[in-house]
Parts: sequence; structure tokens; C-alpha cells
Amino acid sequence: MPTAHLKLWRGDDTGAYQEYDVEYAEGMVILDVVHLLQATQVGDLAVRWNCKAGKCGSCSAEINGKPRLMCMTRMNTFVPGETISIAPMKTFPLIRDLVTDVKHNYGVARKMLEFAPGAPAADGDYRMQQIDIDRLQEFHKCIECFLCQDVCHVIREHPDNLNNFIGPRFILQLAQVAMHPLDTNEKSASTADHWGVDYCNITKCCTDVCPEGIHITDNAIIPMKERIVDESFDPIRAIGRKLFGKK
Amino acid sequence: MVDYETHEYDVIVIGAGGAGLRAAVESSATGAKTALICKSLLGKAHTVMAEGGIAAALGNVYEQDNWQVHFRDTMRGGKMLNNWRMAQIHAQEAPDRVRELEAWGALFDRTADGRILQRDFGGHRYARLAHVGDRTGLEMIRTLQQHAVHRGIDVYQECTITRLLKDGDAIAGAFGYWRETGRFVVYRAKAVILATGGLCKLFAINSNSWEGTGDGHALAAWAGADMIDMEFVQFHPTGMVWPLSVRGILVTEGVRGDGGTLRNRDQEQFMFNYIPPMFAAETADTIEEADRWYTDKVNARRTPNLLPRDEVARAINSEVKAGRGSPHGGVFLDIASRRDADYIQRRLPSMYHQFKQLADVDITKDAMEVGPTAHYAMGGVRVDAETTATTVPGLFAAGEVAGGMHGSNRLGGNSLSDLLVFGRRAGLYAAEYANAMPNLPGLNGTDVDTAAEEATAPFDNTGRENPYSIHHDMQDSMQELVGIIRKEDELGEARERLQSFRERSRHLRVDGNRQFNPGWHLSLDLRTMLTVADLITQGATLRKESRGGHTRDDYPGPDTHFGTVNIVQRWTPDGAVAREEPLPQMPHELAALFEGDSHADSAS
Repeated sequence: MPTAHLKLWRGDDTGAYQEYDVEYAEGMVILDVVHLLQATQVGDLAVRWNCKAGKCGSCSAEINGKPRLMCMTRMNTFVPGETISIAPMKTFPLIRDLVTDVKHNYGVARKMLEFAPGAPAADGDYRMQQIDIDRLQEFHKCIECFLCQDVCHVIREHPDNLNNFIGPRFILQLAQVAMHPLDTNEKSASTADHWGVDYCNITKCCTDVCPEGIHITDNAIIPMKERIVDESFDPIRAIGRKLFGKK
Repeated sequence: MVDYETHEYDVIVIGAGGAGLRAAVESSATGAKTALICKSLLGKAHTVMAEGGIAAALGNVYEQDNWQVHFRDTMRGGKMLNNWRMAQIHAQEAPDRVRELEAWGALFDRTADGRILQRDFGGHRYARLAHVGDRTGLEMIRTLQQHAVHRGIDVYQECTITRLLKDGDAIAGAFGYWRETGRFVVYRAKAVILATGGLCKLFAINSNSWEGTGDGHALAAWAGADMIDMEFVQFHPTGMVWPLSVRGILVTEGVRGDGGTLRNRDQEQFMFNYIPPMFAAETADTIEEADRWYTDKVNARRTPNLLPRDEVARAINSEVKAGRGSPHGGVFLDIASRRDADYIQRRLPSMYHQFKQLADVDITKDAMEVGPTAHYAMGGVRVDAETTATTVPGLFAAGEVAGGMHGSNRLGGNSLSDLLVFGRRAGLYAAEYANAMPNLPGLNGTDVDTAAEEATAPFDNTGRENPYSIHHDMQDSMQELVGIIRKEDELGEARERLQSFRERSRHLRVDGNRQFNPGWHLSLDLRTMLTVADLITQGATLRKESRGGHTRDDYPGPDTHFGTVNIVQRWTPDGAVAREEPLPQMPHELAALFEGDSHADSAS
């Protein structure tokens, strides 16, 4: 059996990296190796996981500095004998070992615009064409691993921005409501308080790390930026606002 | 005196998968002060893993479909052991629950005329499953989650309940701990809804997440509730078998619904050799007819690849045992040679991704290797069909933790619909119960102290037993002795081993402190798992026949007597006590739907 050499963060933010050797079997992923370590050497190793199949977004971490899901990172992608570093997501406050406090995201979720459909057709069914929802279904693939929030330098390097900027995951959710063919929210509702969308300077880091391959920047953030520009900075509308007061 | 925080609610919901979320939404809508408590973060519950779809007779693809057909399929899939009234309510209400989910933002795949598309699945006569590719569970949980948080429901995340609290005979709340800090919390409540999901972490090869430790089953049993049908565990026929690290991870039945076929080592489509008499009249017996059925449901009979899950799992097991399996001990599931790559990627994107990333297999080019995986508990807390009330006043249960709805075997797609239909009913009737109660039930301080003591006990032990090792050994034992095929002497040995695991678990060693400590959490989960393992093993010993998710090597066929009874269990300080109870009798107009059927009792 091969041996993995891990450098893993232990403790809270006053903790340190510790090194471990773990024997593992062919075909394993990083999360398996972490579980083996937990079962045999470090019983109290704190790590989140649920599905182990890339569907729940619980086991986010920074592996050799890259934000990834541990369950989708196969051991055979590393050079044999290489030291593999596993660290908690840096952007969120550390609880212990690999577990971070991601509560902030759930707070943002409560403030998000809610989908409000109109009435269905007379037969009780809503009608939507597949072609009109393809892009929205892409947004719905989000597994809330929060790796996009973790990697976004607007938040990562300036945690204070969290007060004004909802981050890529939630711009995606905003777009999901704003672009829904059945949504009846006022058109401006999705852009009214800007949600800090203008903080994003389109470096596409979020898109790069998305384990679901969602085109967060191209398909959600840029269209939302365009809407905000249309709604808020259109010169004709600006004159209208001057003449008739703010809507 | 134990240190703990206290919260007061009309209704608390334990578990935040599909059933728990739907229950909380309904309870909150009545004005009842409602809390939702979950072991993981919100939105990570096992519902997220559901792939294929939500079974509901919408009739969007086949207008011949209606609730009676769905009801009949469900009862026959459960080998007639289901609580008929639950199966009826489920079939009648599922379409409204699906439409409601759409109004809350779910985006199902569409038919050409823009309505909700439905797909074929095992045991369902018509294409019936509303779906989103093969990630329907994610769509469902996210939709419910976003709807629930906008209703202002209080959510307690990463909080594990270890005991239900009672005031006399009635429920009074729940005791638990915060995973983050290890501190204790008491919820005082007029009504409690269990929506804790399943128990398949008892088995070595399973499709469940770490949460599936039978918490709700054990909590209810300890609180004195009747348990029903616990011997029936569903082994889903198609879990991944290779590499070992992904063994058990689910491969959706949608692969077969969308055209995939099972083959053995010799490339034979072996399911044609395993058509039971009960389903012979409506199952194709030639490859030609089976393939034609995908496009012509009127003139062709359905493929045996889509027999109910118990039949397919047993067939795979037999093929492997006969030496006709695949290199890693499964069989082949082939869609690559039957559908084009575009179609496969569009219909089964998660499966494509999962096999590509985890097994290095391109399912548009090569066959998958699959084998049975412990997936679902048909048995659970006994509930009233209308209200989901358990036999403990104030305690309600919905979803996988509740028993009765699925009889001896659940059809694919009937779980997500079950969560919605009975989740809503649990919320409604628990709130009705609570709203009629003027004051909170009393809090018994001694019970809280006891619950706290047993929760910290693993730290006080002086033993050297590793909780992970005990869990591992228990999983191997359950897999080997109480798995797909069971027999008397092995069940006896299983009971002895469970006793030894219980003894070992009194001498645990837990590292570290109470802050986010998975070793400690597992040592507490071992208690629930050992209780549930006892219930399953006892039920499996008593049911001397083979039916649905319970196959006895020593009693290979169904038995007339056992076809008329449920096994009902109650937990006592000395362990589980079981009795047989006659099945509730369905009214004539429903019984007429089964006239002319070859019944399970006479099937071989």
C-alpha cells in the first residue's frame, strides 16, 4: 500500500501544520485518506463531509493551496511521495482543524430576493420551454461548497467587504431569480441595492474553482452587472428620475 | 447541575432533508413557532444525493397515468405489505406537492409543450418521475431551503439530538449538543417531528452520508414508540463497486430508465432470466420487446431491467455468486452501446461526472461496474396514515424514519414524493396538536441530567476501544450476516456480535475535547446504531419468509401468513419486544385494482 505524506492544519487560528504518514489504497481520494488518519491516528480530527460524491459541497478545503472538494481530489493526481498540504478555507473564520465558520453565507441567504411566480395557466400548469431554462439550470447546479466565496479576492483579502458584497455564490442566486421566466418581482428588485456586484472585477477566480463547472462570471455576474448599469446608469432614466422623482 | 441553553417552541423538527424542511414550512405557515434542527449544515442532508426524480402521477407524458395506477404500482412494489392508506394518500397528493415545488422555484426538465417532463423508473407503469437531469434531490432541497429561510423559520445547524424528552407519556422536547462547541442545548416543545432519514451507515457497503445512523429510529424507540417493518432494508441494485473508495456510491436507476441495460461477464442481458411470476404479465420477455418499450409503452411491455429494486438486487447478487460477475465483483451497466454520447451527457450529467472523476470511466464509451448497496430503510416509526402521529403523544414522524408507506420494498422515486407528502402532513398535524395545547409540557430536570451524563460518558471511560474500529466491525458484521441474504444461524451470530460491540462500546477511548470532535460524535452515534441493528436483526429473525427487502436463504419464498402481518416492535430496558399485527384491510374499491393479479404470496 502506498503512503501519503500529509501536512495538515491542526487546531484553531493559533494552531499549526502537523505532518502525518497515512497508508492508503488504490483509487482513493484525499477525503478517504483524511478519514483513515482520523480512524487510526487522530480521532478528534475535525472535518466536514456528507455525500463523498461531489454533490453536497461539505468537504471544501485548500489542497496544496488550491480550493477544492476533498472528495473529488484523487490521490493519483499527486506525484508519489509528494507532501500534500491540506488547509481549511482561509476566507472564513476557523473553528478547528479543517472546519470553518460559514454562517455568514447563511445570513446572506436570508436576505436574498425571493422568487415570486405569477399564476399558472388555466390547467394549473406553468409552461416554460427547456431552451429558456437551460442557463438557469446551470445556476441551480450550485452545491454551496462556498469555494467561490473562499477564493474571491474581494472577500479573501478584505473581509470587511462582506458587509457590502454578497459574493459570487449569491450573485448566482440573484441571477437565478432575476432571469427566471416566471418571476414577477419588479425588474429593478434584483438590482435595486446593487448587492455589491460592482465590487467584482471579473478575475474569474470563482469560475476557475467551481467544482460544478458553472460559468459564474460569464453567465451570472456579467449579466447582472449589465442589468445594474441599465437600470441605474441609463442617462434617459436618470433624467426621468430627475424630472419625476426617484421611483 | 448541568449547564445548558434552553429554547422554547411550539413545534421542533429534527432533520432538515426534504421531509424536515417541508414539515417546518407547513408548521410555520399555521402560525406555530417552529424550529428546524439539523446535524449538518443546512442543505447538506442526504436528500441532496437523490438523483432520479419525484414520482407523481402528473400525466404529463402519459395521460393514462393517474393516482390509482401509481397506488397500484406502489403496493405491488412493496409486495402488498404497505399501509394502504399511506400509499393512497401519497399517490393522490404527490402531483400537487410537485407543482407546489415548481411554484417555489424548482426548475424541472420540460416536455415539448413546456410542462414538467417525467422519466421512466423501476416498477412504475408509466414515465412518472419529475426530474432535473440526475440531480433532482439537489433541486428539491435547495428549493425547500430557500423557501424555508424566507419564511423566517429558526434553523439550528450542526446540532445533534441525543434524547427526546417527555412529560409523563407525552413528548416535551429534545436534548442535544452543538457540534461546534460540544455544549448542551434543550429544546422545550409541544410537538416534535422526527425527519431524521435513514440508517444505512449500519452496513459496510452503503450509499448514505455520515448522518445515516438511524438517530430518529433510536430516539423514537427509546421514547417508547412502536416501530414497524424494521427487517426491510433496501439494497439498491446499482452502487459503484470500483475503486474501493467509492464502493456503494449510488448509480441512479435513471441509467436504466433512460435505456441502460445490465449485463454479466458474458455480456448476457441476464435480467430476462429473473422475471418473477408476480410481474411476468407486464414484463417484456424478449430483448426486442424490451427495447421497443422505451418508445412504445402501449404495445410493448416494460424491460425487466426496470423490475422493482429488490428483484434486480437479488438477480445481481445471484449472477455474482454464480461466477458471472464483473472483474471487481459487480455486474456491468451499459448505456454506452445503447444511447449516443450527447443524450447520455444531457440526461445523466452527474453520473458522467462521477464516473469520470472518481473511477476514470467514460460512461459514454464504456460500461459501468455496479453492485448492490444498502440504500434505504423501509421500516421505521409506526405512524398514523393521515396525521403522521406516532404512538407517543406529541411525537410525529415523516420521511425515511417513518415506516409503513413502502411496505417491504420502496419503488425508486417514491421517496422524494413521500418526503413532500408526509412532510407537509407532519407539519400540519404537529402544529394542530401544538396549537391546541395552552402551555408547554413540563421539563424533567433529572431526564436532562441523565441525557447529559450519557453524552459525556465516553470521555470518562478508561478503556482503549476506538469508536471508528467498533463502527467498522459492526458494519462488516451487519453486511455479512444481516445483509441482502439472511439465514437463521447467521442472524443468531449477528445478535451475539451486537452484544459484543455493545460491551466494547462501554470501554471507548475518545481523544481531545468536546469542540467539534468527530470521534466523540461517532461514539454517541454508536448507541443509536446498535439499537437500530438490534431491531433489524430481531425483525429479520422473526420474519420466516422472503419478501421485498428481506430475503431468507432458509425460507426462499413468500409465506401466506407473513403476507398478512407486520412485525411491530417496542423498545424496553431489556431490549426490543416484538409482536405480529394484522395488516390494515383496504376498502373494496381499492382492492378491486388488484383483481386478477398474481399475488406475492403465490409468487416464487
